[in-house]
Amino acid sequence: MRNDNTTYQDGAFFQRDRAWHPPALTPDYKTSVLRSPKNALISLGNTISEMTGPVFGHAMIGPLDNDLIRNYATTGDPIGPRTIVYGRVLDENARPVQGALVEFWQANAGGRYRHKKETYLAAIDPNFGGCGRTITDDEGRYWFRTIKPGAYPWPNGVNDWRPAHIHFSVFGHAFAQRLITQMYFEGDPMIWQCPIVMGIPSREAVETLIAALDREASLPMDTLAYKFDIVLRGRRSTMFENRREGN
Amino acid sequence: MVQRLDRLKESPSQTAGPYVHIGTTPHFIGIDNVYPVDLGSLPVPPEVKGERIVITGRIFDGSGNALRDALIEIWQADANGLYPGRGEHRGTADPAFSGWARQPVDGTTGIYRFETIKPGSAPYSDGRPMAPHITFWIVSRGINVGLHTRLYFGDEEAANAADPVLGRIELKSRVPTLIASRSDESGVPTYTFDIRLQGENETIFFDI
Ligand SMILES: [Fe+3]
Repeated sequence: MRNDNTTYQDGAFFQRDRAWHPPALTPDYKTSVLRSPKNALISLGNTISEMTGPVFGHAMIGPLDNDLIRNYATTGDPIGPRTIVYGRVLDENARPVQGALVEFWQANAGGRYRHKKETYLAAIDPNFGGCGRTITDDEGRYWFRTIKPGAYPWPNGVNDWRPAHIHFSVFGHAFAQRLITQMYFEGDPMIWQCPIVMGIPSREAVETLIAALDREASLPMDTLAYKFDIVLRGRRSTMFENRREGN
Repeated sequence: MVQRLDRLKESPSQTAGPYVHIGTTPHFIGIDNVYPVDLGSLPVPPEVKGERIVITGRIFDGSGNALRDALIEIWQADANGLYPGRGEHRGTADPAFSGWARQPVDGTTGIYRFETIKPGSAPYSDGRPMAPHITFWIVSRGINVGLHTRLYFGDEEAANAADPVLGRIELKSRVPTLIASRSDESGVPTYTFDIRLQGENETIFFDI
């Protein structure tokens, strides 16, 4: 009897495809120049320290945690396009990852973050905090409600702007799957001008971070919807292995 | 043409950016009314078994400056070497211990600090014991893919010498970048673990 109550098989995780991710050094994103390790990563593979991971229960999630329109507001709704973001957390074997903690944060509709060190002159929205979280259901599904974030300028090139985006942090079933990424919006021309996005080597990989506008999931006269699936590392089945990993 | 493998590709990583705190440690930057506490910030409960320790240090960039906008997560076994959470099939870990914690570095000094317990030894994939260690995961502005490394304990010389992971590192001169030095000056065993992203004594980071 398994003690982790999951449908996962427990082999080692597939090697991370480093050519699919942005490399550590992406000089057009200037901060990476001094923050990128120069030595090759040491290949460790998976030990039990990487194949295990923390569990977050639905009990820790408050009723408004996935509603950024209401979870900070005091005097009314925040300004901006009302937006639903929904999708699934899957692994590379296309299996749903249930019980995944998904955290998200974003700027307000004017592109301004609520953060001590944020200096952009766009206005703070008194009714918008900009953070939310949820846990995927048994089919790996999640959703939240927010307002669409605005683009914002950032100190990199003299005139660099980030496309509208939402930051995502995801906990799968093992620390080896830990991932932080960003979601972009279909049709935004600024995606292809952004040094952070363009650090991703292939157009095909970038496209997997662009959420699709979904009129069918939108609420008429109320809220537009975008679909954003997130894929975490897959893992081998132990079926064909002659020893159990981690033992 | 051949059949397709029906696999998906992992979502590409993107930097956590400078405002990672909004989503991960909102109380740290004054967003106090959304969540009750910052996840991963609670102290280890008193009933957890094991030696109380403090881990502290800074993360330095290639110019020797400490990062002031980074976020660190740690993941570790309990005092008996069993992991809480998912994926542990050898037994049941201390039920009071979560094994996971998250802290931002200080916005002015760049210093991080974790209060935890010293982990026990867990086995390598071939069954040999690994020396007690704590997994570190580091994200920040300018880091495109989160960095995995390990803290080993400076007062575990014999265990470190026999550790199968440290033993695989060819360039032995780099091993000390993973070893935290112990001091008892404050009354609680305190391990200092500085992380260097680049330059002389660049910390070893792992592809896991
Ligand atoms: Fe951002």
